[in-house]
Amino acid sequence: MAEQQETRERWGMVVDLDLCTGCNACVTACAMENNIPWVGEEEAGYGRNMFWIRVQRTWEGEYPEVSPAYQPVMCQQCGRAPCEPVCPVFATVHSEEEQINLQVYNRCIGTRYCANNCPYTARSFNWYDYTYQIPAPMNYYLNPNVTVRRRGVMEKCTFCVQRIRAGQEQAKAAGRTLQDGEVIPACAQACPADAIIFGDLSDPESRVSKAARSQRGTTLLEELGTQPKVTYLKGGGYYGG
Amino acid sequence: MAVETQPVSPALNQPAREEEEALREQLMFDPRPREELNRMVMESMYSTSPRYWVAVGVLTALVLVCLVGMWGYMIFTGIGIAGIRKPIYWGVFIVTFVFWIGISHAGTFVSAILRVFKAEFRRPFTRAAELMTTFGLAAGALYPLIHLGRVWVFYWMIPYPNARWLWPNFRSPLVWDFLAITTYLLSSTIYLYLPLLPDLAMARDRTQGWRHAVYKALALGWRGTEAEWFRLRKAINIFAFAIIPVMFSVHTIVSWDFAVGQVGGWNSTIFGPYFIIGAILSGVSAVITILVILRATLKHMDYFIRPEHLDALGKLVLVFSMAWAYFFFNDYLVSWYGGYEVTRRILTLHATGPTAWVWYCMLFFNVVIPWLTLWSRKIRRTPWAMFIITVLINVGMYFERYTIIPMTLGHQRFPFDWGEYSPRLPEISIAFGTLCLFILLYLLASRLIPLVPVWEVREGQEAHKVVKVGKTVVPSVSELE
Repeated sequence: MAEQQETRERWGMVVDLDLCTGCNACVTACAMENNIPWVGEEEAGYGRNMFWIRVQRTWEGEYPEVSPAYQPVMCQQCGRAPCEPVCPVFATVHSEEEQINLQVYNRCIGTRYCANNCPYTARSFNWYDYTYQIPAPMNYYLNPNVTVRRRGVMEKCTFCVQRIRAGQEQAKAAGRTLQDGEVIPACAQACPADAIIFGDLSDPESRVSKAARSQRGTTLLEELGTQPKVTYLKGGGYYGG
Repeated sequence: MAVETQPVSPALNQPAREEEEALREQLMFDPRPREELNRMVMESMYSTSPRYWVAVGVLTALVLVCLVGMWGYMIFTGIGIAGIRKPIYWGVFIVTFVFWIGISHAGTFVSAILRVFKAEFRRPFTRAAELMTTFGLAAGALYPLIHLGRVWVFYWMIPYPNARWLWPNFRSPLVWDFLAITTYLLSSTIYLYLPLLPDLAMARDRTQGWRHAVYKALALGWRGTEAEWFRLRKAINIFAFAIIPVMFSVHTIVSWDFAVGQVGGWNSTIFGPYFIIGAILSGVSAVITILVILRATLKHMDYFIRPEHLDALGKLVLVFSMAWAYFFFNDYLVSWYGGYEVTRRILTLHATGPTAWVWYCMLFFNVVIPWLTLWSRKIRRTPWAMFIITVLINVGMYFERYTIIPMTLGHQRFPFDWGEYSPRLPEISIAFGTLCLFILLYLLASRLIPLVPVWEVREGQEAHKVVKVGKTVVPSVSELE
């Protein structure tokens, strides 16, 4: 047990908005990795797409001098998460092991209170049984490491907890500790601009904690006191400045 | 305030004209023999017109199609057939839930508060108000189930011992809600049942067949001895006092569903009293609506329900409309003064957004209409006018909940996620279905239980004294209780 205590990580993420090109590769990769269903054009148009990460596109500057600004937003894995206390059945909980906020799909009864209370609108709800509608050969795309959710339950970004677990187990089998950069979630892996950095915040030498300490760093809706584990970098300047 | 007790009938001291008017107006001053009162109430239970059965049939069909059928279809296909969408996870279901809980609160409130304050005009309609509580809860308590994504596991919200040692999260307002509503349902049902005992015994002694068997079982062997009356009065008194804090706590807890969260526009510290006042406003209005309908449709009810009752309740509605307006204004004033950008934007959008007509209708129905009309004694005493006014107030209160829930959820902190919500057919159908359920239950109850507490009316008529408060003459039975 003592060994486990030593190797307990505090997973965190840094998104460099100055590097983000808004290409939506993270959205696609996340959907593939986490079995996020395709809800169809009509439903998506109605506001029911289920992406765990979305790229918010806003405009900066005054017309005609406008430029688009992109901001990938996913679950911020709050240290004091507003979604957790409101769930009547403990379906949204803080995992002691990974120190992240997880959704227990089997326990969820679908009150949708957590989604109302999430200031980042990071949660998505299974309005129908989307996954069961996948035609036959297409179901092979489903990732066997991730639960397929049925209708009536809430879901959200897990920091690719299945990858974290796999990395920890591999490291344990090899008798070593996890290296920085060994575990990366699907969004960070797919990002062509390397704008998403993932790693252990408790290690002061890791790439992610160095980036999180950057002067350009800010967290979303800081005034709410949610203590997010995702830091956004913005403000130009050179990397790490 | 000069209060002087005159232990004599009003006929001795009052001028003749006033006496005549009082006789016509006040149920207390127009006594009838006990047997006749009993007969009138029994007759009202027995008399059914073909229209009644048509109404029962139509309502049953509507409940089966609109509520049971549509809900079953929704369970079968998924809650996606409702209009709720990404930023607006709660829509018409929760709006209607709060609406019904609000309606149900005031039934017991009216009965208990008026009993505690010994307002004599309460006597003929306490039961009608308490029944409204029970049936309002029956309709409203369905919604925490209806709105669930997976209703078949709703019992996970109940703290029951299980092999996996899983308990509900007692920090969640939804669990508080569940416990509060259960408490309220139980206590208000007991509070309805206690004063019903003598009337059930009365009905038992005057019926045959299956009715007799039912009333016999329900009357718990009531004989009307002095000891029984003593205990009954004591129990009713305890419940009347105890249920008032329960009532306040329940609607405060319903408001905490919203106020405890950190959704902009919800996390307001005055939501507790604001919701209570709103609940009482809509509930007292609903009592008036029901009384007017009962008066028009149930036999002999025009003897028991008189303009004086509508008048007194109308004054209550006016007072609560003003209190509601104060809290409404306060909610906006404090938010504006707080200067928090998110709340300010939401409140502005209520009044200027695409669904602003809901907001204006709310203000018009809840403030303008009662303030313009209920000052007039003549309007307060006109049943059809009171019917229209009180129905409109309830529409306004529905719009208030609609403003607070979906219209607020749609414009939260990230403008990227803003969205509009419009209810779809299943939501409207289920909301309409519970309205039909409420009316149906009331229709059935009106022929199954004595809707007028005969013994209370009789008690008032027999034992009242005339008390002069200022220039008004009111009956009082204060020494009895």
